[in-house]
Amino acid sequence: MAEDKFDVIIVGAGVAGSTAAYLLARQGLDVVLIERGPYPGSKNLSGGVLYGRVLHELIPDFWEEAPVERCITNQVISFVTGEASFNIDFKNQAFNRPPYNAFTVLRAKFDRWLAEQAEEAGAMLVPGIKVDRVLRDEGRVVGIAAGDEEMFADVVIAADGATSFLAQEAGLRERIPTHQVATGVKQVIGLPRETIEERFHLTGNEGVAYTIVGCATHGVAGGGFLYTNLDSLSVGLVMRLDDLVRQKIKPAEVVEEFLANPLIAPLVRGGKLLEYGAHLVPEGGVAMMPRLYADGMLVIGDAAGLGINNGFTIRGMDLAIGSARAAAEAILEAKAASNYSAAGLSAYSRKLDASFVMADMRTYALAPRFFENDRLYTAYPELLTGLLTQIYDQPAQPKEHLLPTLMKSLKSSDVSLMDLARDMLAGVRAL
Amino acid sequence: MKPMNVTEKLGVNKYELDEGHPHIEVHEEVCREKCPDLACLFVCPANVYREHNGKIVADWAGCLECGTCKVACPEDALYWIFPRGGFGIVYRSG
Repeated sequence: MAEDKFDVIIVGAGVAGSTAAYLLARQGLDVVLIERGPYPGSKNLSGGVLYGRVLHELIPDFWEEAPVERCITNQVISFVTGEASFNIDFKNQAFNRPPYNAFTVLRAKFDRWLAEQAEEAGAMLVPGIKVDRVLRDEGRVVGIAAGDEEMFADVVIAADGATSFLAQEAGLRERIPTHQVATGVKQVIGLPRETIEERFHLTGNEGVAYTIVGCATHGVAGGGFLYTNLDSLSVGLVMRLDDLVRQKIKPAEVVEEFLANPLIAPLVRGGKLLEYGAHLVPEGGVAMMPRLYADGMLVIGDAAGLGINNGFTIRGMDLAIGSARAAAEAILEAKAASNYSAAGLSAYSRKLDASFVMADMRTYALAPRFFENDRLYTAYPELLTGLLTQIYDQPAQPKEHLLPTLMKSLKSSDVSLMDLARDMLAGVRAL
Repeated sequence: MKPMNVTEKLGVNKYELDEGHPHIEVHEEVCREKCPDLACLFVCPANVYREHNGKIVADWAGCLECGTCKVACPEDALYWIFPRGGFGIVYRSG
């Protein structure tokens, strides 16, 4: 193996790695795509939907071939307390026309398909191999070691996901602090297709995505999610790890409670558990991004800390694809100049900076701090559902106008008028 | 859905068990010194860690490889690597 030298070694065949492999192989580069699981996607979990416009730019009309589950036409944000819930329920049929806005995907199927596209473009997929470390020569990265095997390349791309041991090992990234990641726990629950369509008022391949804020997480920063797949639901919680540790919360127990919540229980009724998974989610925003390149090495996707949660949408896969595109373009330039040093690869950072990826990371740079606010997870859901309870409750007593009702709800809640003003301003700035 | 415990849930999953090659070891002396809460005992979504006869043991076969413990626990408390290539959790849905 020591004789082989590739143009590019990509570690991790998730959406970032396979997209980079596809783009580079299509340009005729010798690319090897290494995956530690038995097949691409076997270690991956989708905690959200795929906002597919960027993939459509690279693989036009990908949805016609790719194993996508449902096209999201209905987005729901739900504020939940013990017995009450308040939903913002938005539907738009326009989302159900090409170039579709968002799809649910199951990664074990989707990532496999994407890696196949890379293979068809000429990349060599090597599954079942765990990369242990990068190889260096006079400081620059020259390849990887996996067990007794060594492989060499001009560039190594770390696309090894949220834990990115490779970026850490290569010194591009420090140990991850608990406040910059969340633990996602997800259950895939099987239900007949017709049941899903009836239960969620869906026609054909339409789908719904719920984001749930409130008691679901026991006050832990984070939220619940529920997405419809073709004949299953993806349901679970994402909880910031520093809060989990501080409050000594058992994620497994909280997920079980979440499924029993009066909002969720009827939605999953009669379902059969198909899979129980957990994954880390990068939530630190710009502040957690590692150094993106070094001599002979680039970092993309979750490994680069690319993730955005603005309360309405939770994104990662589209950013991963965007970063893969920037990396592939930079490598092609580095190859043309025969310069794979950090300076030669620095175009990656510039291209990423100029793309929607970093533009959006910067736009939502304040979001992680905004979501550190405890009031979002307990006080506000209670305030909202309390207020609506007052509005709809009809005692055999005189009612008051809306404004005094609101003021009373505020007064009896844990939120002061100052808090509300401050948080609204922070929200407007961050989101 | 009928309530299920974590063991039952993990039982639904597919694993390629790498018998004789544990990918997790607990360095208990570090836990006892640096981690008064023993975070691993509650924070793991797969309940991999438990106390047995006063010692922390890792039932590594059920690990979901999320890395939560690795981030939550003190730096030297765990030897935690991914299972060897091809082994460990095999998501069929994901």
